[in-house]
Amino acid sequence: MARQTPEPVQVVKQRRDAALSALVHGVPYIAWLGVQFDRRGDELTAVLPFHEELIGNPFLPAIHGGVTSAFLEVTAMITLNWTWLWSDIESGALDAESMVQGQMPRLPKTIDFTVDYLRSGLPRDAYARAFVTRSGRRYASVRAEAWQDNRDKPFAQATAHFLMPRNDTA
Amino acid sequence: MTADKARIAKQFIETIPHSRALGMRITEIGDGVAAIEMPYDDRFIGDPETGVIHGGAVSALMDTCGGAAVMSHPRAPAGTATINLRIDYMRPATPGQTIRARAECYHITRSVAFIRATALDDDSDRPVATATGAFTVEPSRSDAAKTRKEGN
Repeated sequence: MARQTPEPVQVVKQRRDAALSALVHGVPYIAWLGVQFDRRGDELTAVLPFHEELIGNPFLPAIHGGVTSAFLEVTAMITLNWTWLWSDIESGALDAESMVQGQMPRLPKTIDFTVDYLRSGLPRDAYARAFVTRSGRRYASVRAEAWQDNRDKPFAQATAHFLMPRNDTA
Repeated sequence: MTADKARIAKQFIETIPHSRALGMRITEIGDGVAAIEMPYDDRFIGDPETGVIHGGAVSALMDTCGGAAVMSHPRAPAGTATINLRIDYMRPATPGQTIRARAECYHITRSVAFIRATALDDDSDRPVATATGAFTVEPSRSDAAKTRKEGN
């Protein structure tokens, strides 16, 4: 049986990093908030480096609830887009380079977003991961968690629902 | 709510770094109701193709407005923090238009305040988003001391 030669590692990495960069860096608000994404294979971790403009209560001080909420929403949305597009990026059906040039596929839209605040957000870096619980043809359900010092002690969690784009060609 | 308390709440909210960074302005506050507007800004775009503002910025507006409504309630003695917030996105906000949120603290107990909020743009007949939330009611220092003394 003829065995296919595996793709060179730099080709794989370049394709995945380009596609992720297109999803993240194309959005001004994500850059403004300062959210970055670490990628390990298909696993994403969102990172929010602390800066003064994130403060919501100057007396504690604590991160603004709206920042926490936005951070989780960005994490949920990017993770859903990433998970949903992964197979097309890998197969080449979606060209990562044209995504970088701004040719983006239609993306899911947020229907609702619920956030629980578990403890106050400290003035330091925060991390988050999202999990696509279900991705159907029309709707998707995603949950997300954010933490700071201890992965086991999240300071906020969220659930979100998304409307998937209609596939008009099908 | 006294004019003084309204002034203090307005001052407090307008000094919040993140709310200032988002350009929020309080247009109404008092008796458990708050209205805050957020002008359109290219930096807050969530969809570069259409120029629609990101849901995260709308969340921050709703959260601030909900907190302001709680703080302005006559029976809220001191500060507050969000316990939970749910936002429903009805439609994209029209690019270029200011988003105006209005929140009402419709019920308050000794420990929890409940709010509902609506966000509108220039088309005030069709909400951009609605929200419901629960906030903590932080006891004022004198009340906390009294509770400790009574052993409750």
